Amino acid sequence: MSAPAIELRNLEKSFGLAKIIQGVNLSIEKGERHAIIGPNGAGKSTLFNLITGKYTPTAGQVLMHGEDVSGMKPFQINRKGLSRSFQITNIFHNMTVFENVRCGLLWSMGYKYSFWHMINGQKALTEKADEIIEQINLTSRRNMVAGALAYAEQRALEIGITIAGGADIIMLDEPCAGMSHSETELIVDLIRKVTEGKTLIIVEHDMGVIFDLADKISVLVYGEIIESDTPEAVRASVAVKEAYLGTTLEDA
Amino acid sequence: MSTSSNSPLTAGTTRLVNLNSVLPWVIAAVALILLPQLFGSRSALTIINQMAITIVFALSYNMLLGQGGMLSFGHAVYMGLGGFFSMHVMNMVEGGLWLPLPLLPIFGGLFGMFFAFLIGSFSTRRAGTVFAMISLGVGELVAACSVIIVIFFGGEEGVSGDRTMGPEVFGWDFGSHEQVYYLTIFWLLIAALGMFLYSRTPIGRIANAVRDNEERAEFLGYSQRNVRWMSFIASGFFAGIAGALFAINYEILTEENLNLATSGTILLVTFLGGVGFFVGPIVGAIVFTLLQTVLGLYTELWGLYLGILFLATVMFFPFGLTGLIAMHIAPWKMGKIGHLVVPYAMLFFPAVLAILSGAAFMEILFHIREAGVGDSEMSLYGITFDSHAIWPMATAIVVFVVSVFIINRLSARVKAAWDEATHTGRAGS
Ligand SMILES: Nc1ncnc2c1ncn2[C@@H]1O[C@H](COP(=O)(O)OP(=O)(O)OP(=O)(O)O)[C@@H](O)[C@H]1O
Ligand SMILES: [Mg+2]
Repeated sequence: MSAPAIELRNLEKSFGLAKIIQGVNLSIEKGERHAIIGPNGAGKSTLFNLITGKYTPTAGQVLMHGEDVSGMKPFQINRKGLSRSFQITNIFHNMTVFENVRCGLLWSMGYKYSFWHMINGQKALTEKADEIIEQINLTSRRNMVAGALAYAEQRALEIGITIAGGADIIMLDEPCAGMSHSETELIVDLIRKVTEGKTLIIVEHDMGVIFDLADKISVLVYGEIIESDTPEAVRASVAVKEAYLGTTLEDA
Repeated sequence: MSTSSNSPLTAGTTRLVNLNSVLPWVIAAVALILLPQLFGSRSALTIINQMAITIVFALSYNMLLGQGGMLSFGHAVYMGLGGFFSMHVMNMVEGGLWLPLPLLPIFGGLFGMFFAFLIGSFSTRRAGTVFAMISLGVGELVAACSVIIVIFFGGEEGVSGDRTMGPEVFGWDFGSHEQVYYLTIFWLLIAALGMFLYSRTPIGRIANAVRDNEERAEFLGYSQRNVRWMSFIASGFFAGIAGALFAINYEILTEENLNLATSGTILLVTFLGGVGFFVGPIVGAIVFTLLQTVLGLYTELWGLYLGILFLATVMFFPFGLTGLIAMHIAPWKMGKIGHLVVPYAMLFFPAVLAILSGAAFMEILFHIREAGVGDSEMSLYGITFDSHAIWPMATAIVVFVVSVFIINRLSARVKAAWDEATHTGRAGS
């Protein structure tokens, strides 16, 4: 039995006196599509930041494929095969779509800190970047400056950069936030397509998206996981209903 | 601007010259090789050499500021240390070490790089204000050391040497100005090409990425610190080459070569040219050197005019002189540059008058303060007059005020013409 993709052990995070994450235990298997839901300010993004190395835990551990990665830097964790997107679009606004995606590819394709390759002459790199741009449906925007894209396009690019490096654990923080219904559908299809065979951890407020994508749902309330189960079980859980879902569940 | 960018660092999405093709490089090389046939005078070659050194130095500075987003107040340290070491190597050559002079810049570069490696190891941990402050501190520290460690920096006299003591290269001993000129432009081309190619490598592009969004780059596998450190080391290498070229040209280095004033000047030069463009520092270095040497012949106040030019650039053209030119590419391509000809022509005379009268005001003021007692005769623009009299000063003020008023009145028209010329849609044309 192989180690889980991500395992959190008694994870805690405080900012000053405020205990934002309070002893989270969670195990996410390889290939699982795991959704994290919870009310605003529950600590979902903070949890993401702890797993991806942006924050160091106050206490507890983050394990990735059985290896303790707590306290490692984001780039070290990324090199081990974990990639994330951001709730607030986080792309290279002054670069073109193509360059954005290419930046996401460089490390994983072994260029590292190379100053002996001419970047425009790397055929495999260019082809791979174009392939990803095709996947995220931005081919017609290839040479546009990313900052000039429409919001939904920027969100797609955000996902493109995230998956470019071929990481086997993909973490998406509210990929559909602020999108219209039809845009959401497109993005959900895109997510399904690009994360095939990978471990997916997703935070999302849109319950339709969650029940559509997830194999498993964890409910985070005030920095604690009150329930972690299959979508059906979570839907049925009285505790969850009381703590969080309320009527939104019936709407979904 | 045609780009959506609002930072001068990242204006370079419009390209002024396509340096990816071989042609501009060949033209530059041929022009530089033929130049002594046109301007063979010693002083002309000296000015061009000075330009070349400033260009290499400014380009290396822009590897930090433009490419990596690092605002350094102490870049002269790397050029200066590279230069001092080159000077010592030159003196070792005099003492018997075998090294042809054209290879000296490699050593200057390696020394500059070595110190950039050391200092960068802690200064590049953070970008922004922390980096800027550390660069200032290190600049102050090294400048102070240069006065204390006399054995290496030579105290107030500096370190001097003789470049002609090495083995001859194809019969050249580099005693003549022309031979030094060819050595200098050879290294100018090598260094400029090297820095250009560097900007097209993975590390060069990632340096841009870290500049724009260091957080995102970290989540793509890159350590922002290492990326900055590498840019810093590469920049130190090319600054060191500039230092060696300085040593070869002037055969002396002093504290002035690595103090904060020199560091400030190179920031100014680079910004003046435009940090968002590869050719920006080249333009800045050429304009700066011309102002310094040519204007310096006519007036002691050249530093003041340079300061005003710098202020005007920062305030009105944050993309630098190169950005100013690049702004006109879009209207040119749309065939709408014609809209601008008349307003620009109308602006020309008041602008020239404003500059001349403004300068006249300064010069008269300066003459009143600085000329000896009883010496009140001065000449300006070919007119000789009494600087203590009322009318010259009054004329200067009146002409200045009137021309500024006219420029002000015309600015709305120029703005309208500009909007028209850059309007991409069909309507209104
Ligand atoms: N760097 C920080 N310093 C101090 N407090 C923080 C910091 N980051 C987050 N917090 C606090 O932690 C709490 C949880 O924030 P977090 O962004 O993780 O919530 P979330 O579940 O992602 O909410 P949302 O659904 O609104 O995105 C909030 O109260 C927030 O103010
Ligand atoms: Mg959040």
